Formats: sequence, structure tokens, C-alpha cells
Amino acid sequence: MISEHKTPGGAVQAMKLSEATLARFAREVAKFPPEQAQSAVMACLSIVQQEQGYVALEAEKAIADYLGMPVMAVHEVTTFYNMYNQQPVGKFKLNVCTNLPCLLRDGGKALAHLEHKLGVQMGGTTADGLFTLQQSECLGACADSPVMLVNDRHMCSFMSNEKLDQLVDGLKAAEGKA
Amino acid sequence: MNAEQVISQFSATGVQTCFHGRHIEPQIYKDLNGSNWSLKDYEARGGYQALRKILGQDGSVPNPETGVAGMTQDQVIATVKESALRGRGGAGFPSGLKWSFMPRQFPGQKYLVCNSDEGEPGTCKDRDILMFNPHIVIEGMAIAAYAMGINVGYNYIHGEIFEVYERFEAALEEARAAGYLGSGIMGSNFSFQLHAFHGFGAYICGEETALLESLEGKKGQPRFKPPFPASFGLYGKPTTINNTETFAAVPWIIRNGGSAYLECGKPNNGGTKIFSVSGDVNLPGNYEVPMGTPFAKLLELAGGVRTGRQLKAVIPGGSSSPVLPASIIMDCTMDYDSIAKAGSMLGSGAVIVMDDSRCMVESLKRLSYFYMHESCGQCTPCREGTGWLWRLVDKIQRGEAKASDLALLDNVAENIMGRTICALGDAAAMPVRAMLKHFRPEFAAMIKADATA
Repeated sequence: MISEHKTPGGAVQAMKLSEATLARFAREVAKFPPEQAQSAVMACLSIVQQEQGYVALEAEKAIADYLGMPVMAVHEVTTFYNMYNQQPVGKFKLNVCTNLPCLLRDGGKALAHLEHKLGVQMGGTTADGLFTLQQSECLGACADSPVMLVNDRHMCSFMSNEKLDQLVDGLKAAEGKA
Repeated sequence: MNAEQVISQFSATGVQTCFHGRHIEPQIYKDLNGSNWSLKDYEARGGYQALRKILGQDGSVPNPETGVAGMTQDQVIATVKESALRGRGGAGFPSGLKWSFMPRQFPGQKYLVCNSDEGEPGTCKDRDILMFNPHIVIEGMAIAAYAMGINVGYNYIHGEIFEVYERFEAALEEARAAGYLGSGIMGSNFSFQLHAFHGFGAYICGEETALLESLEGKKGQPRFKPPFPASFGLYGKPTTINNTETFAAVPWIIRNGGSAYLECGKPNNGGTKIFSVSGDVNLPGNYEVPMGTPFAKLLELAGGVRTGRQLKAVIPGGSSSPVLPASIIMDCTMDYDSIAKAGSMLGSGAVIVMDDSRCMVESLKRLSYFYMHESCGQCTPCREGTGWLWRLVDKIQRGEAKASDLALLDNVAENIMGRTICALGDAAAMPVRAMLKHFRPEFAAMIKADATA
């Protein structure tokens, strides 16, 4: 129903952000001229994603207010860049590169192995909410293939099937779901 | 183990890609081991001596005529021009010439930007520079800033290598604390503030004007040129943008002189170049070698073609550069002019090797998907054309294409080339055209036998 569909410009209330989060924002804003605070929008969005798992419209509104920019301009950034999660994802988002240099070195097989191991298709999230599996474009680590990102900020290199199993089993054990 | 410990077991060490001891006369990767990235280690390798030299803080005798020690802005730019250093990001534009375009006397704010948005498939050299030798980039940027009269800079780092961004931030803190960045550097009247910025997943931001838009907190959609960044760049101010490896080359040039740098390469192709060798080789990795090194030698350094296989083709300069069959590339030397003469581009130096088991239709299909995915959508020929390219190659691979689809593929590529604001359109079309030029029979063999054109 249209009336229930939230939009960036609609009646979205800004999320209340913690002092600690705002301190991280301030550190980013300080890199730019005072009248160019908008330059910090990408960093602020990634901080919110790191802390909350995704970027909610309410968070976009809070960032827009903080940086003094239109909320739609924030939303344009969220939707333009591949790594922002516009919806909640699993606790561990796994992005496997399958671009050509990786494809030549088993990147595609690594993705297929994870699909089988996790029992989800590319793009899916496991029923226990632990893992979201995605294909990604060039991560810029072509000589490390098969290569993948975990939760945007950690790159894992030379991921043979054995290592993929170790990673998944290790993360399950760490979360008490082995 | 907690989750972070589990994940960290799989972090790259650089042993395979960078500390393998198979570089030839390296300058940027010299003596690195993964743990010696910090300021004191960099200084022990001669780091920041070039910055000291230009600022006259190296104990040298002042010029008797001017009474001033160090190098003038013009002297620094002349040295870089003499070195024949060319942009390492892909375009190969002479760096000294680019620096001379900056209107140094412009009274307002000017900016220096490092393009570390390394996302061209096949390229992974800047990542190892920034992770294992970050201060060389900081020093190179400080020298460039001095030469062009700039006092604020940003390093735009590929969002996917977040750990590298964090490493660079740590190096910046060290450099500030030691007085190599900030106000009145080493007691001179030169000031330079440098900051790190991260992307978040958009190939297009490697295009310099898209990068500037992104740095301004916007969608990364390229701008029309002209005006060029030298006159209208970041926040509309004069801006110079160079690649990470370009800046990393500068300290060596200042310490050893422009002619010494030129001599380690070929005429018009100075210095060393880092090649990222990926794909069907035994030892994929980054190899820093003198410009003009034969391709066959580079292949040998990378352990040769995967055991038991023959070389089929090489994409010599990142996924956007035209593919070359084995017979052509084996006669090339690795420098801008030789690869251009062979009909391709040295680009970013990303060498994607394919052996005789590879299907070129499948390879092209993956590349075409990438360009469709990463088109920013601003120009119709690219936004629509990249989708056409992918769908046509997919159709050929599924065995459902007619002979006329091959001609259509040519036609679509032709109609993207040169008709877009930025080079992404060309980057999508060039691999198609080169694949059809060199490997057309493979495509033709997949045309549906009973289909009529």
C-alpha cells in the first residue's frame, strides 16, 4: 500500500544517534572545509552501517540533519554505491568477487561452494540470520583470488573451499551456532 | 575465537603478492616485509629525505645566488618532467606536464587528490603500496603539493580495501606527529594538510571527475570536460589528481634525479612500473620491473602460464584494455609505447593472463556484465548500450544467437565508442571489439546452426 511506503522525503523521523556515533561523525566532518560538511556523508553512512548492519531511512534523515543537506541527497548516495545495505542483512555479509581475474582463479567456484555450504542462493540470507551471501565486482585484490569481503571492512584472501569451510564454521562457533 | 579472530586468520600477508623477491630493481616495493610500514622504518629506508631536500632541510648549502637552500617549485616540476614519469592510473599522461597545468599563482584554495580508487579489474598494486609502504605516498603527495603551491590534499581510497584505509590513516597520524604534515613543515613556511577518504563500492569513481563528485558527498557521476580539474576541480577549485603509484614514484625521482629515473626505463617511459599479474599464471602477484621489460620476462617472474597449459591471450592493462593474442603479446615489451603499437593499452598495468582452456565468449560475458553493472546511468549510449552488449554476449554463449547478432554486437560497441561523457563507455566497448577482432571464430562457432540471419 502506497500509504505505508516510507520515502526519504516523507514523514520519516530522524533516528536518535548516540554521542559515540556523533563523535565519529565529527571526526570525519573535520577533514573538510566547514561549508563542505556534505563530503562526510559517505563516511557517516558507513559508520551507521557498521553499527546497525544497514542504513535505515531514519538514519539517512539523522545524517541529513547532522550534515545540513537534503535527505534525498543522502538517499542518492546510499542507493548509488554498491556497498550500502538498504535492508537488514545477515550478521555476516559475505561478498565474493567473481569478476574476470577472479573467475579465472576459482572465484565463481568459491561463490558456488558457499551457496552449497550455506544452503542459500547468491543474494540470500540464511534462515538463522547469520549469513548473507552476495556476488561482488572487483575488490581490487585480483592476485589474492579467490577473495571475499566480510562485513565491508575485512578482506579474506586465497579462499580455497577448505578455508571457506573454516571461515563459516568458525563464525558459526563464535556465535554459538556450530 | 571470537568472530574477528576467525576472520583475521584469512587476511592477506603480502608474501605471495609483494614480498616474493621477484621484482627487478624495485623502487616502491624495495625492502618491504609487511611489518616495516611505519614511519621509523620508512625513515630508515631513506624516507622523507626527498621532502627534506626540496625544503632545504637536508643540510645542503644554500644557492649562492638566491641564498636559499632546497629546490624551487619550478625545479621540482622540471625534475619530474625530465624523469618522463607518466600517470600510473591508466592514461599514461606525463605527470610533470600535468603539474605545470596547475595555476600556482591562483590566490584561492587549491587541492591535491590521490586516486587510490583501485577498482579496474586486474589491478591490485596500489593496495600493496598503501598497506605496506604508505609513507611513500604521503611523501610524494607532500612534494607534489609543494611544487604546485597546494596546502590541502585528500587520498580517495577504494572502499573495498577498508583495512588499507585504516592503515593509511594510521600513517597520516604518524606523519603529522613527526611534523611531515601540517603547518610549517620541518621549520619551513610550507604547510600541507592531508586526509584519507574512502569510497563504498562504485567502479566509476576511479574516473577523476566522478571521484571529485564523490569526494563532495554526491553520486559519483562524471563531469563534462572541459573544464578540466586543473581549473575547476574539487569544490570548483583548481585541483590536481594523480594515481597512488605516480605519487609513490616521486620521492625516488627527487632523491636520485630525473635523468636517473628515465634511465631505468625506456625513452619517453621512465622508471619502474608495478604490474599486477592475475589469472592463469602459477604465481599471481605484483611485480615491479623497469619500464620496457619484455612481456616474456614478466610472465616468467609470475611463474609462467599455469602448469600444463599454453598461453592463449593477455589483457595487458586492466579489463578495459583490448585483449591481445599470445602471438602478439609475446613480442611486446611492457611500456606505454610498445603496448599501444600492438593495438592495446598499458593502462594501469594489470596483466590478466588467459590459458588455452579459456572460452573467450564466457570471459567477455563476465566483463560485459561488469560494465553494465557499473555504468552510472548518466549517458544513454552507455546506460543502454552496456546492457545490450551483455545480453548479446549472453545470448551467444547460450547458443541462441543468430549470425546477425554478431553484427549487432559490433554495431552496439561501435555506437558506444566516443559517445559518452567519460571513458566507461569506451571501456565497455573496447574489450568487445578486441575480442571480436582476434577471436571472432570462437563467437561464430556458438551461433545457432539452424538460425537464419
